[in-house]
Amino acid sequence: MTSVSDTDAMSWTKDEPAKARVPWHQRLQPANLLWLFLAGILVVLIIAPMWTLVISSFTDAKTGGWTLHNYAEAYGKERHITALTNTLKMGAAVVVLKLLFGVPLAWACSRTDMPGRNFVRYSVFGAFIMPPYLAGVGWILLAGPNTGWINKIWHALTGSTEPLVNIFSFGGLVLVTAIGGFFLVFVLVSSAFEMISSEMEDAANILGAGPFKTAMKVTFPLVMPAIIGSALLSFLGAIALYGVPALISIPARYPVVVIQLTEFFSFPLRLEVAAAYSMPLLLITAALLGLQKLILRRKGYVSVSGKGGERRIVKLGKWRWVLFTYCLMVVSLAVVMPFLVLLLAAFSQSWTTGFSFDNFTFGNFHYVLFEHSSSRRALLGSIGLGIAAATVAIVLALFIAYIVQRRLLPFSGVLAFLAVSPYVVPGIVLAIGFYAAYALPPVALYGTYMIMALAFITRFLPIAFTTSSAGVRSIHPEMEEAVRILGGGRTTALRHVVGPLLKRTLAGGWLLIFVPAAQELSTAIFLVGPTTRVVSVVLLDLSEEGELEKLAALGSLLLIIIVAVVAVGMKYLGRDFMLRRS
Amino acid sequence: MDGLVLRKLGRRFGAVDAVLDFDLHIKPGEFVSLLGPSGCGKTTTLRMIAGFIDPTSGSIELDGKVLSAPSGSVPPEKRGMSMIFQSYAIWPNMTVSENVAFGLNLRKLPAEEVRARVGAVLETVRMSHLADRYPAELSGGQQQRVALARAVVIRPAVLLLDEPLSNLDANLREEMRFEIKRMHDEFRITSVYVTHDQGEAMVTSDRIAVMNNGRLEQIDTPYALYSRPKTRFVASFIGRTNFLSGIRGNSMIDFAGFSVPFAAIGEEMTGGGPITVSIRPQAMKLSATEMAKDKTINLPGSVKQSSFLGETWDYVFQSREGGLQFRVAAPPADVFPVGTPAWLQIDPAQIVPITD
Repeated sequence: MTSVSDTDAMSWTKDEPAKARVPWHQRLQPANLLWLFLAGILVVLIIAPMWTLVISSFTDAKTGGWTLHNYAEAYGKERHITALTNTLKMGAAVVVLKLLFGVPLAWACSRTDMPGRNFVRYSVFGAFIMPPYLAGVGWILLAGPNTGWINKIWHALTGSTEPLVNIFSFGGLVLVTAIGGFFLVFVLVSSAFEMISSEMEDAANILGAGPFKTAMKVTFPLVMPAIIGSALLSFLGAIALYGVPALISIPARYPVVVIQLTEFFSFPLRLEVAAAYSMPLLLITAALLGLQKLILRRKGYVSVSGKGGERRIVKLGKWRWVLFTYCLMVVSLAVVMPFLVLLLAAFSQSWTTGFSFDNFTFGNFHYVLFEHSSSRRALLGSIGLGIAAATVAIVLALFIAYIVQRRLLPFSGVLAFLAVSPYVVPGIVLAIGFYAAYALPPVALYGTYMIMALAFITRFLPIAFTTSSAGVRSIHPEMEEAVRILGGGRTTALRHVVGPLLKRTLAGGWLLIFVPAAQELSTAIFLVGPTTRVVSVVLLDLSEEGELEKLAALGSLLLIIIVAVVAVGMKYLGRDFMLRRS
Repeated sequence: MDGLVLRKLGRRFGAVDAVLDFDLHIKPGEFVSLLGPSGCGKTTTLRMIAGFIDPTSGSIELDGKVLSAPSGSVPPEKRGMSMIFQSYAIWPNMTVSENVAFGLNLRKLPAEEVRARVGAVLETVRMSHLADRYPAELSGGQQQRVALARAVVIRPAVLLLDEPLSNLDANLREEMRFEIKRMHDEFRITSVYVTHDQGEAMVTSDRIAVMNNGRLEQIDTPYALYSRPKTRFVASFIGRTNFLSGIRGNSMIDFAGFSVPFAAIGEEMTGGGPITVSIRPQAMKLSATEMAKDKTINLPGSVKQSSFLGETWDYVFQSREGGLQFRVAAPPADVFPVGTPAWLQIDPAQIVPITD
């Protein structure tokens, strides 16, 4: 197209030598420089770290030359290969459990007359707010082999000395990983259920299909893409999760990839080997997301996203209580039990002695707030990083989404691709990339909050971008053209019209980033410095020191702050803010 | 040259010329419509004038200053124009008065003057009582008034209107046509109005530029456009008409069954070759008997079809000699049942030669 118009313009010039020209200073739009600047930021945030990661996996640590030695070292030991296969097994088991938890709950809450639907919804939302490692600590308190409360009750009841349940096992690892992430299945599958109008089911009924046949032939196939999608994301979330394996897989003697990666990162630091060893995580993620795209496209499932008509609710009769019992069991396992136990431990002098008035204390809170060397600072650091990452990611994403949607740059499609690409990078791999690119001289950002903020922004940029992009798409371009023709530039349009119109959308996106960013562990683990700890890392240290009461107190403080921020957000945005997007 | 000048303006999308060799001179204070079917390039032309689209050939000048050229264009925000959009584009996050004040505030005018001008323009569009409302609380017509006020309050060099009435219902559209006309009479802002509705264009415009396939067909006053169309497209797009084919002789045009002298048509004419003319249904009359001869052409024949449209009859008349068919408009009192013999009178001065 460009070439055609170019020749056209040139032949025109030949015809009329006195060619009309607009002086360059009148053509200048300073905003164009901003777009280039943003493209530069994306290079810093995404391309440089990932490029460095790949390059360093082929680099000899001593000579700086090209080598395959890192790969040989990473995959040469049987232990390292076992960690890989273990990770895949664990991921598969977690997917099954997450679907068993998430799909029935989603159906129950969106399509049935089950009692207590709101209670279940709020509890699932609680699972979103509770970081996986805190749920993990809760379960250690509940089901630790000797001192876990379930086992103590079991011992007291039966006089047995064998533990009833042991969290430090493959099953424990799978359970705790699954409860820390099934809310995603719930969210995606419920929005799919809410898209299906009863008319689609009625159409099957009127043609002679009974309720069971309708469910199998219409309803279920229609939510299938959401189930497949959430299964893939569950798998990817499970294999990349760091906190839960850090707590459980070592005592369970079940090595997984993320733990092996930390081993390469402990003394002596073998960054290049870690880079080589992180490639499978990266490739599996990219491959599975590609596969998902392929499956969904072939079946033409996109049509599900149409507007749902009226939805009728399925009357369950006496089964409603059966379903409710199941839902209650799931949310107890996932949220209620670990949270209560954590809260009790936070106010206990010693969690092993059980809860009694003598055991009650505020000391743990006093300790973490005023005595511990770094926990108060870490608390502030985590909240600060959460705020900074959410704010910068949203603002950056808004500008990028705007450029992409309005096609302001010739290669804006590339910007969109870059902005969502961190999605395929597990947090721990991203951390290695950032470490390789920016930690050491000449940039030397190691030990600063800056390097963590950059990594967090990158990690959450895809959420921010999808939110902003949907928002910008919903705004009629004439809204901005009206600004421009009246004398405002594009930046004025963004500030006075696009920004304000997207306030609610952006605030919702901000919360969706703030909550996980304030708790983020896997991206932080390799990037924290001695003076720049974050809560998640301090919590993990406390767990290694066995200070579980203090850990519980610090974890509770973190939860309280996050819940307060979310509560303010929900008051402003409505309860459904995280259910409306997929 | 004063005013807005489009010189050999062209815009190509891929292999398609959306606009081609478009020449137009709009005088200061003039109201010109771009009229044509959808896809004729009128909106592209308007958006080039606004600066949202760059031309691929030709140029746009305002008061002698080049605004757009293939080598680059002055961005919309530096053109001092304003625009009324099809979707109104009233900002829902601002009240009526904030919407109207926006352009003035961008010009950093003193608060006192902004308040005075916003108040005055809202008075003109009769929206003063709704100044503190948000757009969501307004009807479509009220939103359009806000759009109008917002556009004229900055006293733009050129006011652009992009099918501003197409989202309104029929009654409101009628009312807003006159509103736009009234605003133009009051402020005399140079205006370019894009529409596919000839009625809108006729009511509001000093001149109408009819476009087809990216080219300018004809630009004239509404009356001239209707009474003296130059091309087949213009004649059929504006109102309804009859096309007749004839042969030019030495001093007469010969049609099937009758002839008309060049002199009677009132247009310079030289002999030779085929010719097409347009005759409006209103340029003819039906009567039961032959009328006085003088210059009027009298054709005997009969009524073939009739439909009553309320304000007029719509007859199809067929001439006896030559078998030509004419659509004729007649006042409601002139009743001719189908099949009755009748005479058709044609005013030769209203026979318009056109090009195909």
